[in-house]
Amino acid sequence: MFQPSDLIALVITLKLASYTTIILLLGGSPLAWWLSQTRSKAKPVIEALIALPLVLPPTVLGFYLLITLSPNGLIGRTLEQLGLPALAFSFSGLVLGSVIYSLPFVVQPLQNAFHSLGNKPLETAATLGAGPIDRFFRVVLPMSKMGYLTATVLGFAHTLGEFGVVLMIGGNIPGQTQVLSIAIYDHVEALDYGQAHVLAASLLGLSFLVLLVVYASNRRANLVTLQ
Amino acid sequence: MITVCGKIQADTLTVAVAANFAETLESIVAGFEQAHPHSVVLVRGSSGRHYAQIVNGAPFDLFFSADSVRVQQLVVDQLVSPGQTMTYAIGQLVLWSPASEPGTDIALQLQGARFKRLSMANPRLAPYGQAALEVLQGLDLTGVIKTQQIVRGVNVAQAYQFIATGNAELGFVALSQVVQEPLSQYWRVPQELYTPIKQELAVLKDSIASKAFLDYLASSEARALILLQGYQLPGND
Repeated sequence: MFQPSDLIALVITLKLASYTTIILLLGGSPLAWWLSQTRSKAKPVIEALIALPLVLPPTVLGFYLLITLSPNGLIGRTLEQLGLPALAFSFSGLVLGSVIYSLPFVVQPLQNAFHSLGNKPLETAATLGAGPIDRFFRVVLPMSKMGYLTATVLGFAHTLGEFGVVLMIGGNIPGQTQVLSIAIYDHVEALDYGQAHVLAASLLGLSFLVLLVVYASNRRANLVTLQ
Repeated sequence: MITVCGKIQADTLTVAVAANFAETLESIVAGFEQAHPHSVVLVRGSSGRHYAQIVNGAPFDLFFSADSVRVQQLVVDQLVSPGQTMTYAIGQLVLWSPASEPGTDIALQLQGARFKRLSMANPRLAPYGQAALEVLQGLDLTGVIKTQQIVRGVNVAQAYQFIATGNAELGFVALSQVVQEPLSQYWRVPQELYTPIKQELAVLKDSIASKAFLDYLASSEARALILLQGYQLPGND
């Protein structure tokens, strides 16, 4: 049913979504924590910047990435001077694009989770002699479990559905930058609707399952709180 | 019922046009609108997407495809009668290398695979991509150039964009896209290396306005414009 090239595209897609989610969880945690605690005047600016990918068409991001990643662009030139490989048309380039593109989907649920914790649990832990790292891993993390689940699933699912950015900076290289959404686009453009259906339906099913997991666990968590 | 004679009704034509021909058609439309009361709205995009939209009832009057495949498929689908199609231009393939030093042999640059990225349109989707693939196969380069060296745009417009932004050093584009650039920047691929890129159109709604537009397309002004933009005309050989 799946063509070999489609299977490769599926693997690339899952790899891209996983890498992006892991990077966002690691980088997004301190950022979300800072946003939930700070009284800095810069906070609304940072929040607006993070929310931008929600509003902008992905092609805007893709277009600017294409320009800055080129050897004449800021990032491309710097990488070249450092002797590093170019990012455009590479898997790493896609990861960079996806991290920016899915940023709000990870940072916002985490920020909300941290915010709703309030100060009490942390103050109590501090009174009992827990250090900052201890407090994060023993108090914040277990209490923000739902926030982390939501952030993980949304970040992952949103990257699965990514199209505009990949289209602009991917270059459609099989095994490197050809993801599922691009493969579907190719099938539709080539009038191969049968193969497009197979892939589109798989992606639909996969996305539904992923979201179902979140909402089912949300429900369970709510039930537990009510008891 | 009273019919108003002597007054020509002004209609609006909606025309779907392949990305590579959109600019040329824009100039043709400008001349047409001066000579006629009708107006034309251009919808640019890839021919595969236009085809899907037409099959699903998109309200286009004319469809300027980038190839003949989509147009002939509409005939097979019985959405267009065979007499309502024609070749309007023949595309010319070039290898464009804008950053190369003047005097560089661009064909040699290709054959030595001396580049990081070669850009082309996806052969599966775009006639210019198919032509580029035929050139690579004809020159026996499919083994020399690695898969990772080739980036593929969804159409020839994106293939051009990858090169124009400097992300690929060279690539196969349409002559019509680089007709303004210095001659030293591109290599005109010999016609015997690829199947002629016949760009066909289909009349989806036969009306007075669409007839008038096709008549204008066959006029010497329009034909001169098409030639000037880097296409060849059918029946010119």
